[in-house]
Amino acid sequence: MSTPFYVSPQQAMADRAEYARKGIARGRSLVVLQYADGIVFVGENPSRALHKFSEIYDRIGFAAAGKYNEYENLRIGGVRYADLRGYTYDRDDVTARGLANVYAQTLGTIFSSAGEKPYEVELVVAEVGETPDGDQIYRLPHDGSIVDEHGSVAVGGNAETISSYLDQRHQDGMSLAEGLKLAVQALSRDTNGSEREIPAERLEVAVLDRTRPQQRKFKRIVGRQLGRLLEAGGASTEAESADEAEGSEDE
Amino acid sequence: MDFLSEHQPEMLPGNRQLPPMQGVIEAPHGTTIVAVTFPGGVVLAGDRRATMGNVIAQRDIEKVFPADEYSAVGIAGTAGLAVEMVKLFQLELEHFEKVEGAQLSLEGKANRLSTMIRSNLGMAMQGLAVVPLFAGYDVDRGRGRIFSYDVTGGRSEEHNFAATGSGSVFARGAMKKFFHDGLSEAEATMLVVQALYDAADDDSATGGPDVARRIYPIVTVITEDGFRRLTDDESSEIARSILERRLEQPDGPRAALL
Repeated sequence: MSTPFYVSPQQAMADRAEYARKGIARGRSLVVLQYADGIVFVGENPSRALHKFSEIYDRIGFAAAGKYNEYENLRIGGVRYADLRGYTYDRDDVTARGLANVYAQTLGTIFSSAGEKPYEVELVVAEVGETPDGDQIYRLPHDGSIVDEHGSVAVGGNAETISSYLDQRHQDGMSLAEGLKLAVQALSRDTNGSEREIPAERLEVAVLDRTRPQQRKFKRIVGRQLGRLLEAGGASTEAESADEAEGSEDE
Repeated sequence: MDFLSEHQPEMLPGNRQLPPMQGVIEAPHGTTIVAVTFPGGVVLAGDRRATMGNVIAQRDIEKVFPADEYSAVGIAGTAGLAVEMVKLFQLELEHFEKVEGAQLSLEGKANRLSTMIRSNLGMAMQGLAVVPLFAGYDVDRGRGRIFSYDVTGGRSEEHNFAATGSGSVFARGAMKKFFHDGLSEAEATMLVVQALYDAADDDSATGGPDVARRIYPIVTVITEDGFRRLTDDESSEIARSILERRLEQPDGPRAALL
């Protein structure tokens, strides 16, 4: 019987991380950022059926880059966790922090168990608060760590370029239209620094809007409303775009 | 619900073991719920009284709940069980919507509720029945619809109007006389409060509008725009205007004889 090759644990982990990172890098990037009235999710997604963003609970949204079947699995797990929690205790007892912890546990276990291949996903769990200070954004890389983010976060293939672009330009208290414009600009930057146009129909946009009267704050922005917001973001004066954004949110 | 029954079956309302006992368990009961359709939607309303035998257990209980954006449930029967059933029903609709990314059809929702009532049959046999009324706006068909149930989970769609609970006999009688095709939303809300008034008039377990304590019926409207509960001011205005007319005509509006 032949002895298997010795692979040091460091090497094994580095290989697994490399594998996961490559998988994630193949997917398109997405951006999650705070604006005055909540949190906006923006991503390039040619598919209308397979969503990258989804509602988890009243104030909690989910975004994922990487392999669809793997993050869909995690998403459904998250919805179950949240709904069971909310039913057993109270709706207020479901928090993004709790959910992020569950995801971190799951991802970490899968990443370090020798029998399974690591998940090629990177998640963002965001919770909108009563005020901008109460907003929480957590980024969960493939290895099960949690990164507490503020302002803006990008995940996916081109994440580093995009996040440095966002960090320089993101301000607190941006209107939805401004935030959306910034996110689209960031997403249109390629690795080599060149820019390309992303048409509105290839964009997937969703918001957690704290001004929504309903208990469930998650909302997808599609069709004409998205078109209007994109136009408003392009308009020169700040006041105009803010008005426009508020008007179209009421629909 | 499937997930719950696999992992924590004891949390589901139907799966509780009852100790063997004689007689009827004394628990608060809710009473009259009424619903009426109008072109463009449906109105669902309920009184505010919960009774336990001859005692009024609660004066301001809420018996009409939104099930989701386009439907609502009104409950009659054992209040504790019914409220929990509604909670689970709301959860299931929301869960389905989030996991599948699409809403259940109105028929689907009605069927789901039917199964939940059936699972409570054991309790119902011991006197703890739950009999809800389900109303919603059918987005596909573009109209309001009402479903009524019996204790065994039997489901039937009602046309125009329906009532459930101890005062339902009187409420239905009143609605039969008041209803006509082409009601406006305002007329429909007025109609349900009139019907509840008549139910409270003849049924001791149904509460009428309580002016002194400012407790008025809960009136909800479901249309294309979704679920809306009338504010306290709106429902008090309807109740007060009815009350005023009833001071002159205690039995309410008269219908033509022929």
